[in-house]
Amino acid sequence: MSSAWLTLHWPAILAARDHAHEAAKADAPVALQFLSPEQGIEIEAVAAQIIPSDETPGAREAGVVYFIDRALVTFDRDKQPAYIQGLKDLANKTKSLFPQADKFSSLSRAQQMQLLEAIEQTEFFELLRLHTIMGFLALPEYGGNHGEVGWKLIGFENKGVYSPPFGYYDAEIEKGK
Amino acid sequence: MTRFETATPVDFVVIGAGAAGGVVAKELSTAGFQVVVLEQGPYLRAEEFEHDELKKKRIWSPPYIGQDVLTNDHSLQPNTFRKTAKDKAVVAPAVQYGRCVGGGSVHFTANYWRFHEIDFVERSRFGPIEGTGFADWPITYADLEPYYTKAESDLGISGLAGANPFDPPRSRPYPLPPLPVKSSGVLMDKGAQKLGWHSFPAPLAILSQPYRGRNVCHHCGYCIFFGCEWGAKSSTLASVIPMAEETGRCEVRTGCYVRKISTDKAGRVDGAIYFDSQRHEQFQKAKAVVLCANGAETPRLLLLSKSNLFPDGLANSNGLVGKYLMFDCDSGANGIFEHPLNEYKSVVVTRVIHDFYDSDPKRGFYGGGGMDARLEAYPIEYALFSTPPGTPKWGAGFKRSLQENYNRQLMILTHLTTLALESNTITLDPEVKDAWGLPAMRVTYKNHPDDLKNMAFFSDRALELLDAAGAQKKWAIEPQETTASVHLMGTCRMGNDPKASVVDKYHRAHDVPNLFIVDGSSFVTSGRNQPTCTIQALAYRASDYIGRMAKSGTIG
Repeated sequence: MSSAWLTLHWPAILAARDHAHEAAKADAPVALQFLSPEQGIEIEAVAAQIIPSDETPGAREAGVVYFIDRALVTFDRDKQPAYIQGLKDLANKTKSLFPQADKFSSLSRAQQMQLLEAIEQTEFFELLRLHTIMGFLALPEYGGNHGEVGWKLIGFENKGVYSPPFGYYDAEIEKGK
Repeated sequence: MTRFETATPVDFVVIGAGAAGGVVAKELSTAGFQVVVLEQGPYLRAEEFEHDELKKKRIWSPPYIGQDVLTNDHSLQPNTFRKTAKDKAVVAPAVQYGRCVGGGSVHFTANYWRFHEIDFVERSRFGPIEGTGFADWPITYADLEPYYTKAESDLGISGLAGANPFDPPRSRPYPLPPLPVKSSGVLMDKGAQKLGWHSFPAPLAILSQPYRGRNVCHHCGYCIFFGCEWGAKSSTLASVIPMAEETGRCEVRTGCYVRKISTDKAGRVDGAIYFDSQRHEQFQKAKAVVLCANGAETPRLLLLSKSNLFPDGLANSNGLVGKYLMFDCDSGANGIFEHPLNEYKSVVVTRVIHDFYDSDPKRGFYGGGGMDARLEAYPIEYALFSTPPGTPKWGAGFKRSLQENYNRQLMILTHLTTLALESNTITLDPEVKDAWGLPAMRVTYKNHPDDLKNMAFFSDRALELLDAAGAQKKWAIEPQETTASVHLMGTCRMGNDPKASVVDKYHRAHDVPNLFIVDGSSFVTSGRNQPTCTIQALAYRASDYIGRMAKSGTIG
């Protein structure tokens, strides 16, 4: 997902709902509501280091940034200040470690990892890690786990109804009967 | 829907609509009595239970325990915790219990183990343990057996009689056959066979076949800490509470936070004073009260119910209310297997082992337990808390660990004895208040050294079992002191001696003739920390005697 892609999917505004979680799950066009496009790119860049994209999809393909943005206007509204401050700290840290760089997202992968290692004990990193994991593995209705890529990665399904055999070893027993 | 006036005394007020209270409400209302059940939590319906892991917890930041939406809300009802009476208690979630109609029976694993005969007479068989409240129960397994049978058939329990060579005698088989085995169960069978141990199909409070108009389990996998949207988990919400309401003599009143059990000048209880959902104070009058608020809230409410006649709290003339608190002790080990287990499907556990149930003096300490196998982690929780040791917290290594291990990991969880100590208590915190302005629950808890030795013994057994089952990698859950618990036992123990116990063997408070206390607080010993089955058998038995006493006029 490029910044162009982000910009393209901007305009819709999610109707406010009474229940935070219901609002978070609203079936509305993908759009950032709290984060600016620039902020969205930075958050996505960090999330993409927490769960990187390689042979399999990562946080970027899962749309974790949309999950986070939606969380910040719904059930985790109270985390908005932490994100504002955290983004400022991220920019400052980028400048102090890599004076020639203008933002985290433009650093090389190795530089990004170096920076995150320096801040991985901070509350903001912990929060972003929590949100990235949630955005990767929660119900897709929350805006992340796009195409269930998180669930597919770990081998989880959400069918709601199953019949035996459930796994390899009970299937083996079943076959032997 | 039945509604009773607060000002007109009903036959019984039952406090708590959980595993015990639901049974008591059903038994007394079907016996012809008027019953008002006061429940602090909401009345959730099966159709409101969803497969949504984000909604599982109220708070996803530390501390993670005690924040599940179906349980008590620590932002409203803080606990304070300390290890010994010498320490200053600090705010920390220490007890967790179901807070909705059905209580913990809505979200529990559904393990449904009867106690064995030894559990009731262990003190006599094993001998005294210095410095503890280790004691025999005033009832035996034989006294309770008919009520275990009644509970199994009323609620709908699946299992296979005779499959466990260590099982106590039973008068009837389980009403339903066991649930189909999962890969964790097959591996347990394999390991047990190799070691000469005996695994058997887990007795579960989950329907393996349609039963009394209720739906069968659809193997969705959302059991523990979720409510069952099929009504297939045999919670009191799904089973007996509807039967109580159908009588037209039972009102389940929710959002009611009881602050005091009221007494008259003669020292008899005459009702319950509670805050309704608007936090207006109400007084429900009753001819008798059955307290089923769980092993932690029950003693707290008794201590809150001070009066001129009962200056130290109700039913507490001997000072034992809140003492001998027993938390759940567990340990175990995790393993990774070669092939996908898909443990996220179906019920939590399908096999149990009771080979080390009894305490053995040769081990050099008191303790026994049972074991089961499970993953017990939904995807988000797995990524946050359950990855193998050494897994990086983020990056390619973290992602690889999720990918490789989520579906191949299981835990042998062992459920263990807990020794009753007088120094382990529920008391009222002198400073911290809850959202209603009442003194918060203060928990004082430190394990007896034998509990920790037993945990280590069972971690070793769990490692052996994983090894025998062919685990590629395994790691123990290191024994540590218990600071929080979902099983709450022992705080109003039953006994024949009014000086040494709070209730008699019919659950009547020694001090108050028309007050009955029926829940985990009645336990004298912990069993093997799967208490729900015995809590409910006790509730059936107590209801039987309470009903008979009421009919013969001996409560009055």
